[in-house]
Amino acid sequence: MKYVDEYRDRDLARSLGSHLHRLVRRPVRIMEVCGTHTMAIFRHGLRSLLPPEIRLVSGPGCPVCVTPAGVIDAFVELAGREGVIIATFGDMIRVPGSNGSLATARAGGADIRIVYSPMDALQLAARQPEQEVVFLSVGFETTTPTIAATILEAQRTGIGNFSVFAANKVMPPPLEVLMQDPELQVDGLLCPGHVSSIIGADAYTFLARDHGLACAVAGFEPADILQAIIALVRQVQAGEPVVENCYPRVVTASGNARAGEIVRAVFKPVASEWRGLGVIAGSGLALRSRYERFDAATRLSVTVAPSREPAGCRCGRILKGTCRPVDCPLFGSRCTPAAPVGPCMVSSEGTCAAWYRYGGLAREK
Amino acid sequence: METHVTLDHGSGGLASRELITSLFLRHLDDPLLHQLEDAAVLPAQGGRLAFSTDSFVVDPIVFPGGSIGDLAVNGTINDLAMRGARPLCLSLGLILEEGLELMQLEEIIRDIARACSRAGVRVVTGDTKVVPRGKADRIFINTSGIGVLAAGVEVNGSRVREGDVILLSGTLADHGITILTSREGLEVEGNLASDTRPLHFLVQSILGEENPVHTMRDPTRGGLATTLAEIARDTGLCMEIEEAAIPVRPAVRAACELMGLDPLYLANEGKCVVLVAAEDAPDVLARMRATEAGRESARIGQVTARYPGRVVLATAAGGSRLVEPLAGEPLPRIC
Repeated sequence: MKYVDEYRDRDLARSLGSHLHRLVRRPVRIMEVCGTHTMAIFRHGLRSLLPPEIRLVSGPGCPVCVTPAGVIDAFVELAGREGVIIATFGDMIRVPGSNGSLATARAGGADIRIVYSPMDALQLAARQPEQEVVFLSVGFETTTPTIAATILEAQRTGIGNFSVFAANKVMPPPLEVLMQDPELQVDGLLCPGHVSSIIGADAYTFLARDHGLACAVAGFEPADILQAIIALVRQVQAGEPVVENCYPRVVTASGNARAGEIVRAVFKPVASEWRGLGVIAGSGLALRSRYERFDAATRLSVTVAPSREPAGCRCGRILKGTCRPVDCPLFGSRCTPAAPVGPCMVSSEGTCAAWYRYGGLAREK
Repeated sequence: METHVTLDHGSGGLASRELITSLFLRHLDDPLLHQLEDAAVLPAQGGRLAFSTDSFVVDPIVFPGGSIGDLAVNGTINDLAMRGARPLCLSLGLILEEGLELMQLEEIIRDIARACSRAGVRVVTGDTKVVPRGKADRIFINTSGIGVLAAGVEVNGSRVREGDVILLSGTLADHGITILTSREGLEVEGNLASDTRPLHFLVQSILGEENPVHTMRDPTRGGLATTLAEIARDTGLCMEIEEAAIPVRPAVRAACELMGLDPLYLANEGKCVVLVAAEDAPDVLARMRATEAGRESARIGQVTARYPGRVVLATAAGGSRLVEPLAGEPLPRIC
């Protein structure tokens, strides 16, 4: 497959790996911000190619995982209402709230459909005019533009039985909060490639400038990730933190202006709760008042109760990178992908799921 | 003339009789079935018998490369074949939802007849029930099958040894990705199609006189990852496989990348994993490749003692990782 195979080439990955072994002179802690990076690192077995000095820490970049339990409970409550069809991305289905998940709601008779795009949810609403179709809008900068475009389309076509439960989040504010956490000692950030294609590599400049953090924007193939780790190690060892764009075939310095415009037209920044990180100013997105009629929360008067973490669950600390999955007392015993307790085990991009599924070799080392 | 299945068709009365004679017997032309007795009486087989059953509830019921009818025949044949048996005959149990189009039913029965004649297997007994609309999803099928084992044929996990070679009879994930994409209405270029097919001809050709096969499994639901994880767990040995050696069609890989799915976990309906002693591997592989079902067979790994009870994948990028069995349904990723 073009644009994939050449970045998965074994000889290329090996030579980047051995280059790293020669390059590294001190311990370097790198946070991979994005859940897709966490998955790619495990899926391709990249930890086994890294020198022992390099420690990878997973960050808060799985949108499903950082959605607080109170919001999940609101999703589940909404799903139980008469006349409501829930349209959601597949990852949300098994995420446990405090009283069950969408999967248990579905088993109890709720009408829940998995969609691949919010546009599918809008089409569903057009086909089922007597039902209220609610799209559970979860995601970072990558997913939000298509949701904004869907709302504009709903406005244009006048579909009246479609609404969106907006739980969207943006990446830079939590990164800033994390970098101020004294518990977290990270030398460099592997910045998310997909998010960066929208917001641009320059969005991380403040982290390098104000927090002395090495930054490298990375794609998701083995060679992309290894190349970005080399860039980070070089910056850290030279003491010259900057933002390096190691994914120029997709990411530009300023990002996708058109996508940004659509998002700003439809959404406004609000304070938002992150699982494990608490409420962070400006880190969430809500619909602007002119699109209020598409806002499920006001339209269907949904209330989000304060969240409680399940007893013993360390997802909060795992999302901050201050605790590894194996340090959690529930990991692998009471909490497994088949019967997850916390969100990090549910989502395929969750740190715990990735460790459980792919991490054994790294774990046994 | 009726155009849809009605509750009368399952009553056991005149309408049932009419459905059986005008539709089923017209396509499934077998003397034992024609007797319409309560049970088929088979001649003595003079050997050990293998007996297996499987139910089919796939949605959509017709998909590129086959239908629920093909799956129902090939699925049970393959279960018998994986124990080294030569399949002889099948039972066919149908649960129909009121309102199913008779033309659709006929198409599926025709697929069943075609799959049986391709495989040289007979449907010798059957049953049909009709349930009210909404109590089933169009059509559910159960097939049970009987096969006969040649003297001396032993195929089971206890024969697996350290040093064995792992062979795979062709490309991975064709069925699983075809079902997922047709269910979601995703159109992927490159003509995805289910790999549903019978494997017993391939199996008979590799068993031969000496039976070099230690164990065989067909990686259906849960995919190759889950099948190998079961063999590893049951034998306490380590299955080491190589990503670059596992054949996956380019269109399947592209669709998997697009949907965030791992081909190792998707279902196959016409592939088998064969474990043989290293010295027999080249010959068995050659014999597999000489069959229609095994043209793209490949050596994908070997059995070691490195991580007892686990599956280890050497990734195409040169790393390595553990492969766990499937947990829950495979869900597409969010971004």
